[in-house]
Amino acid sequence: MNIVVCAKQVPNPEIPMGKFKIDAQALKVIPPEGIAPVISPFDEQAIEVALRIKEKNPGSKITALTVGAGSAGDILKHALSMGADEGIFLSDPAFEGSDAFGTAYILSKAIQKLGNVDLILCGRQAADWDVGQVGTLLAEDLGIPLITIARKVEVLNGKLSVERALIDGYEVLEAPMPSLVTVSNEVGLPRLPTGMGIIMAARKKVAVWKAQDMGIDVAKVGKNAARSEMVKLYIPVREAKCEMFQADTVAEATVKMAVRLREAKVI
Amino acid sequence: MAEDKGLLTIGEVANGKLAPIAAELLGIGRKLADARGDKLDMLLLGANLAEAAKQAIAYGADRVYVAENPALAEYNPDSYAAAATKVAKQLSPSILLMGQTDMGRDLAPRLAAKLGGAVSMDCTELAIEPDTKLLLATRPVFGGNANGVMRVKARPQMATIRAKSMAALEPNASRQGEVIKVDAGVDASAVKVKVTKKVKQEALGIKLEDAEFVVTGGRGMGGAEAFKSLEELARVLGGAVGATRAACDDGWVASTIQVGQTGKIVSPKLYIAVGVSGAMQHIAGCSGSKNIVAINKDPEANIFKVAHFGVVGDYKEALPAFIQKCKELLAT
Repeated sequence: MNIVVCAKQVPNPEIPMGKFKIDAQALKVIPPEGIAPVISPFDEQAIEVALRIKEKNPGSKITALTVGAGSAGDILKHALSMGADEGIFLSDPAFEGSDAFGTAYILSKAIQKLGNVDLILCGRQAADWDVGQVGTLLAEDLGIPLITIARKVEVLNGKLSVERALIDGYEVLEAPMPSLVTVSNEVGLPRLPTGMGIIMAARKKVAVWKAQDMGIDVAKVGKNAARSEMVKLYIPVREAKCEMFQADTVAEATVKMAVRLREAKVI
Repeated sequence: MAEDKGLLTIGEVANGKLAPIAAELLGIGRKLADARGDKLDMLLLGANLAEAAKQAIAYGADRVYVAENPALAEYNPDSYAAAATKVAKQLSPSILLMGQTDMGRDLAPRLAAKLGGAVSMDCTELAIEPDTKLLLATRPVFGGNANGVMRVKARPQMATIRAKSMAALEPNASRQGEVIKVDAGVDASAVKVKVTKKVKQEALGIKLEDAEFVVTGGRGMGGAEAFKSLEELARVLGGAVGATRAACDDGWVASTIQVGQTGKIVSPKLYIAVGVSGAMQHIAGCSGSKNIVAINKDPEANIFKVAHFGVVGDYKEALPAFIQKCKELLAT
């Protein structure tokens, strides 16, 4: 099986609230100083799903793709260290400012160039702008079936069997291949790269494909092609003032808090 | 596009009744439609929709388009996308709104692609720009660390709304409106994906979304066993137990009790967060709570920045005393 995983680099989403800064004028988020960007968590879980499928279908090949500029391709090394076979960095100045439609188009051209893809996996949404659409739009561009928000993905008798996470349970869906599946955190934690994986990844070369390598119409990508525009970016004001309870012991402090909650008619 | 008019909402029906999110859609839709001088339309897809259609009018719809078809009785991504696309193309609305639900998350981007529009997902505020009459959609980004306001250049201008972020109107049974049946025949060749099974995993007792008291554990709980004391506290208060994404991913509890941006949205009278660091994607699911209590070892934890009452300390020391005191207080 040929499996493609689409992934994205994001600022570390686990940073403390106080370190999150924006440039409201430029409508940009300022990368936190001294904290390295990471692969978007749902995308990392998509790689995990690909690796589990490969374990059950030996001989499968996993190709990781990312669209971006500068160091954004570093996450491909992470994918390789987890066990992906190949990484391709889709990078061109023309891509800058692309919206979900532009990004999906770029990915679709890369996947068409690869050819013979059986399964495409994407994270359900990226931990930066939380747009949650690239996977869907990519499936629409490629004209292939789509299942979103998967909590389990298996290949059974040449077909995909996918559990889609629902708010109060899940449903099982069946799709032919090739199909695209977006992966949710319910699949479980991704594996850590092994020492050998990191050494192997360091040795592998990541190919870089530019717009012309994929036959991309540059009028369909970049900021000017975007269908939506952001008109304002701001950090919401949080008014909550936390009333802290202290005492000689933690137990006594919580007792004081319980009494206060009762007084305030909260309980 | 003949005219840049029309505001269509796509509602949802549960057990023959209009779902709360649909009433919320009509609440905000009414405001937006009035600001634009539009009629407020709602599309309902499914089977046995008569009762829900009447309710939609009571909640503010001017016209309800009813696409009844046994094939639409349960959500199938392909058949719903095909049916909704067909109706939306006929109506050609300038604005198209849905809920950020199991259905909306899946369907909205598909429709954006099929209709040539663009969608802002999971919005917490919608407004009409006075000069242009365009939709301004505010949505949390970076897990809720910031808000972005989006304007769509394509048509339809689409948005999904976060549950409980916008208020429904008081239903008025004497409101007048039209119910219009539409053809929702779906070409079988469009349906590539089959739903073979649906499994409900609702927790016993009070539903998390409806609970007045929610007790949530995070990674700081350290394991599945520790959730037992949270269950006890929930029992004492008459509430439900929730969990953070981290606690669910570690397999300590069922993922259906996840509270947050990609899980459930709760707005109880009291939300008690124990061993919860307070990642923004989690706060997104509980920030509508009237009161938030935090118990955490780390005085610097984000959760204290959004909580109203807090104790710094180990949950193992904090919880037994807190549960005991709550029991006493509630018995008096």
